[in-house]
Amino acid sequence: MTDTLQVQKLIRAVDEADSSAKLLEAVQNLAAVRRSETIPNLIATLGYNNPGAAVAAVDGLIGIGEPAVQPLLELIDGYNYGARAWAIRALAGIGDPRALNTLLDAATNDFAFSVRRAAAKGLGTIQWHKLPLDEVYHAQVQSLEALLVVSQDPEWVVRYAAVVGLQALGMATSVSQAAFLTQICSQLQQMGQQDGSVAVRARVQMALSQLPG
Amino acid sequence: MQNSSQDSFESLSPGSEETAGDTLTPEQAIANLQGADLGLRFYAAWWLGRFRVRDAAAVDALIIALEDEADRTPEGGYPLRRNAARALGKLGDRRAVNALIQCLECSDFYVREAAAQSLGMLEDASAIGALNKLLLNGLLLGELVPQQPDSSQPYDAILEALGSIRATESIALVKPFLEHPIPRVKYAAARAMYQLTQEAVYGETLVRALEGDDLQLRRAALADLGAIGYLPAAEAIANTLAENSLKLISLKGLLEYQVSQNPLPELSTGALKVMSLMDELL
Repeated sequence: MTDTLQVQKLIRAVDEADSSAKLLEAVQNLAAVRRSETIPNLIATLGYNNPGAAVAAVDGLIGIGEPAVQPLLELIDGYNYGARAWAIRALAGIGDPRALNTLLDAATNDFAFSVRRAAAKGLGTIQWHKLPLDEVYHAQVQSLEALLVVSQDPEWVVRYAAVVGLQALGMATSVSQAAFLTQICSQLQQMGQQDGSVAVRARVQMALSQLPG
Repeated sequence: MQNSSQDSFESLSPGSEETAGDTLTPEQAIANLQGADLGLRFYAAWWLGRFRVRDAAAVDALIIALEDEADRTPEGGYPLRRNAARALGKLGDRRAVNALIQCLECSDFYVREAAAQSLGMLEDASAIGALNKLLLNGLLLGELVPQQPDSSQPYDAILEALGSIRATESIALVKPFLEHPIPRVKYAAARAMYQLTQEAVYGETLVRALEGDDLQLRRAALADLGAIGYLPAAEAIANTLAENSLKLISLKGLLEYQVSQNPLPELSTGALKVMSLMDELL
């Protein structure tokens, strides 16, 4: 277990990094300790326009999980668009249902396709069991409806992410909500026929071959 | 680098990720291209390419714009010709091939570059002779000219075009550029050599380029590997220090190549592997 002093040292290394290579290394080290007091520093890294460091920070935030959700949700507003994309990736990766509304909005409305893409994937991998039982169905319906809209996005990569999200949602609901699976498969079959992107059609085939039934 | 995936690259800069509402219509753009206002003409030429206006009237007007004399830079460049040449590659109409071949002799470097890129996109073998001729400017007795770095011609664009056209008769001219001191030119040569020979050694040159220190060059190598669909690069692409958007586009190139070899609904092992890497980058 890394002690508090060591964590402070790792945080200082991020603050003092004077080249993008040093920043990357410092963020990787900081992300690896998985400690909640590093959350503000990891979130700050998302705005530095250093993709390598941002990837490491997102991994760290996902690893920390639940404690990172509220700070991410608070910091997401008004952030620059690159940082938003990373923050939503982190929220999508954590899968905490408190991020559901943020992900629903981002997947369908965000102007940046990288944000819609991350949110669409995340809508499929919400940790539904963390919701009160009587809220699960409504939340899953919202997620499904959003993903059906997102699967018509003009950007191929967002539609690709929608397929990934639909597959995950189909897996998660296959026992509890058989009707979801029917609807998801029919949407996927339609995309498999009609989508203009070879990559999306290929991902549809993969999803269909992996979904039950 | 400069290739058909350039659109996707341009669209990644903040603010231009999505096309903002644009008031121009195809008819208006074609009219503007033939009008008197140089600014509107220049913008119309770009716009017709950007929005893929595959209209015979648009192609005709753009071909005429390749001979424009009115729009000049202080240095003697031809801005309208550059935009028209770029647009014609995107419209995919082979009627533009002869006019673009003529542009390879233009005094403006950027017109020659745009023409070479567009000829590569149109993949018309009739351009091979003219592209070879331009490439020969960089060679002396089968080797690179002694004065280096030589950037007198858009060698990267020429090499990529020859690769796209699958100009196997150009291999002897392409190969010396693998030693070119300008990394982008060297990568373009590796990319073309892979397309012309399918030999892994050239793909591996590009895989090594993914580990370089310069982000711009890593981005270029990602684009090159996507363009050639080099499957053994898949993991290295996913691990490159660059934006996920660019890695996804590169992997999409690999996936499309897999599907072209193994049509849907079949999925090769390679296709499945590429998609599982893509899923992680979303």
